[in-house]
Amino acid sequence: MTEHCACDVAILGGGIVGASAALALRRMGFSVMLLERDLCGSRSSGVNYGGVRRQGRPLTQLPLAQRAQGVWTRLTELIGIDGEYVQSGHLKLARSPSDLAALEAYFEASAGFGMDLQMLDAKALRQRFPWLGERAIGGSLCPQDGHANPRLVSPAFAKAAAAMGADIREHMPVDEVEHDGKHFTLTCSKRLVLRAPYLLNCAGAWAGRIAASFNEAVPMVPSHPVMAVTEPLPMFMTLSLGVEGGGIYARQAPRGNCVIGGSQGYALDDQRARPSREAIALVLERTVELLPELRHAHIIRTWSGTEGYLPDREPVIGLSHTTPGLIHGFGFAGAGFQIGPAVGEVLAELVRDGASTTPIQAFSVARFTTPTQVFSSVPPSATST
Amino acid sequence: MSADLQPVIVGAGPAGIRAAETLVRHGLKPVVIDEAPRWGGQIYRQPPAIFQRTRQTLYGLDAKAAAAVLNTMTTLLPHISYRNDTLVWNAEGGQLDLLHQNQSSTQPYSHLILSTGATDRVLPFPGWTTPGVFTLGGAQVALKYQGCAIGSRVVFVGTGPLLYLIAYQYAKAGAKVVAVLDTATLLDQIAALPDLMVAPGLLARGIYYVSWLRAHGVPLHGGIQPLGAVGDGRVDAMRWRDSRGEHEVACDAIGFGHALRSETQLADILGCRFEFNVLQRAWLPVHDAAGRASVSGVYLAGDGVGIMGAQAAEWAGERAALALLADTDQASAPAQRARANKLEKALGRTQRFRRGLERAFPFPPTWAEQASDSLVVCRCEDVTASDLRTSAAAMGTTDINRLKALTRVGMGRCQGRMCGVAACEILAQCSGQPLKAVGRLRGQAPIKPIPFSMARTTVPSKPAAST
Amino acid sequence: MKNAAAQGQFQRLTETGRARVSFTLDGQLRDALQGDTVMTAVLSQAWQLRVSEPKGDKRAGFCLMGACQDCWMLTESGERLRACTTFIVPGMRLLSQPEVPDER
Repeated sequence: MTEHCACDVAILGGGIVGASAALALRRMGFSVMLLERDLCGSRSSGVNYGGVRRQGRPLTQLPLAQRAQGVWTRLTELIGIDGEYVQSGHLKLARSPSDLAALEAYFEASAGFGMDLQMLDAKALRQRFPWLGERAIGGSLCPQDGHANPRLVSPAFAKAAAAMGADIREHMPVDEVEHDGKHFTLTCSKRLVLRAPYLLNCAGAWAGRIAASFNEAVPMVPSHPVMAVTEPLPMFMTLSLGVEGGGIYARQAPRGNCVIGGSQGYALDDQRARPSREAIALVLERTVELLPELRHAHIIRTWSGTEGYLPDREPVIGLSHTTPGLIHGFGFAGAGFQIGPAVGEVLAELVRDGASTTPIQAFSVARFTTPTQVFSSVPPSATST
Repeated sequence: MSADLQPVIVGAGPAGIRAAETLVRHGLKPVVIDEAPRWGGQIYRQPPAIFQRTRQTLYGLDAKAAAAVLNTMTTLLPHISYRNDTLVWNAEGGQLDLLHQNQSSTQPYSHLILSTGATDRVLPFPGWTTPGVFTLGGAQVALKYQGCAIGSRVVFVGTGPLLYLIAYQYAKAGAKVVAVLDTATLLDQIAALPDLMVAPGLLARGIYYVSWLRAHGVPLHGGIQPLGAVGDGRVDAMRWRDSRGEHEVACDAIGFGHALRSETQLADILGCRFEFNVLQRAWLPVHDAAGRASVSGVYLAGDGVGIMGAQAAEWAGERAALALLADTDQASAPAQRARANKLEKALGRTQRFRRGLERAFPFPPTWAEQASDSLVVCRCEDVTASDLRTSAAAMGTTDINRLKALTRVGMGRCQGRMCGVAACEILAQCSGQPLKAVGRLRGQAPIKPIPFSMARTTVPSKPAAST
Repeated sequence: MKNAAAQGQFQRLTETGRARVSFTLDGQLRDALQGDTVMTAVLSQAWQLRVSEPKGDKRAGFCLMGACQDCWMLTESGERLRACTTFIVPGMRLLSQPEVPDER
């Protein structure tokens, strides 16, 4: 028995972007149906490192990141749980003079964005963080960046959206998406057909297919960051660590487990990925170098996931250039967790106003395609409920 | 042996040893990887070399079978590459990742026989994390491997043939067994007799252990429901309920378990397809009658593919090795085919016995329903039944992996070995689903904790992605 | 009623004619027998191996076969070992109680 549905806004993908968009749209009074292929927050949004980080983002993303910072600060109010979110600080380490110069340049360039960065020299690092290994010669600290547990936070956005009246359908893969000039029709394996004037493409690493089907192919490639976690250890590190120029990133969860990310795994199929032995070996080596405190610890589990990367490592956010009512929000290159909640709000604004108060021009899909038309006017929509 | 053929066997219990023997007999030189310091697996576990007890003392009525398997391995040593004290923690691209004495290495293979065995299947009761509470298998290891009893006044609880075997072994060794508490009833055991009679030797043994315990004044109670271990920081007593009411017996150690569960993490990592097995109430890697897994070149044998007992494990190990040989054109002679058929028939008869055991020592079907909210289910992460039920209700969870993400059940060091069964039962019950529908916890690398201090022989460094 | 004679959780029933091995447990000099696992060495004269991190409750292992991972012990130099699969070695300095953390 096929269910036939209609709503104002259809959302493809129940990660943090799609779910926070659903929540924002409901607060604006739009009717929303979200179709998630598996379980909300089960993909990249749920298996990422958990960094809630502004520092280090390209300047183009900082307005979004600042906006998201406001959302994170109100997280419990918004989604009903604290999701283990702490504003512990994010420390980005330099291992060489050129790394340090890069950090200093960023410190200057990002000055207007309210991150309160503090440059620390080697002496200051040793004084404040005696557990750091010898290789770090300096660092940049963002005191109000932090980390959270993505496995809790991302599903909670979907739950909050449902509590506000969004119709969230899990285990609902979409087989066909069509547009007749005014409405999208999404078909799910003869179980459900959904019609809506707006479609938000929040399908994460798989969003490229949707874009392509509307003649807006983007050169997105999948990538598989590797995560490892230790047994619970005595707390020694509250802040989240990164390294300028790459390497590993590490944080210690409130329960004491250290979560460490770095390197690349490989895909098992279109949907699943796992860590490679090379990646695990790299994580082991680099962790001990960075954090000698872990030299007697163990890795108890590793995992990977699938992230979508565009060549400039910037996402695609904004109105479609081919199809009225189609709005994209995907391709976060492994850095979508912190800005995700702000992107959701922006997507909602794009539905309501055709524009966002936060600058997103840098993320236009047009940078990959030759635009035919820009749909900046809001097409006629169903009555908001 | 063809230069390209590199068979590797993981596990040196009865299945792995018979597999190795079969390959060696046909001129192959397998690598046999054993996590333990000495071969024998769990059932024929050998104490450290300086221990003096005879095999008769160690293995009792199983001594002859044990000796045959253990001696066979001794004769194989010059013809195999035996890697003891070595953990296989991952597999990728035709190679296994090994950990031996803090050093990591890889082992390539052309064909793999997984005979990874089993652990106790745990259905927790209140107080099960108290010092002094161990598994039945653990109690057996203490005696067999270390010459110790787990306490001076021991209670054994649960169900399964192991329950009576261990109680007998303890009492015979001079330990004080103050009670044996079986969740199964005499009626269960009588009803199972027709199926159990296909292996009259094994049945007779079981009856012997029970009679011996009775004759030596060990209190046996059937149809019980465990209520919990009493004691703060140490075990003081065991409480249970039966048709006559609630009871308590003073003790300082408890061994418990409800039969066994298969170790399938490597099969999972290798990409083998799994299916839900109704009798074992578990997802197990699929295999054909010879033990071929769904992944080409991977063979499965013994308790690690499905609980079958030591004798059947020997047959399964040999059968899997014959399949490997046939698949590589090493052994398709009529004699080998006849032997393979004979082994398959014997394995088929085993199934009937296994059904009998399940009938005689049934999995307590109302366990999840009766588990109290305060019961600790995941002992690594301290997750209670209430945590599971509350989370499942609040988020509408019906999948065990989602429940794991939300509550941390199965996220600890043991990666769900001890809590996975109980967690799935509770999720199925509170979400109103059949057990199969909640899914299964997946094997992930490393299958056991690996140390940061693990040195690597070669590490080709690649530039990493920046954060 | 506790057995007053029990010195620890495990009771040695047999095989006691093995060479002595000296080690330290929580700063106290102790004896075990060659061939003892760390678990046997400690539990034959004590009732706990470690403290579980989430709630701080006492643990003494569970499965004895390297599966449950509930017997990881700390040494004085900060190393970790799995008590049921590690043999006692002369001079081992083991801790079964959590250390008082340094002021940082």
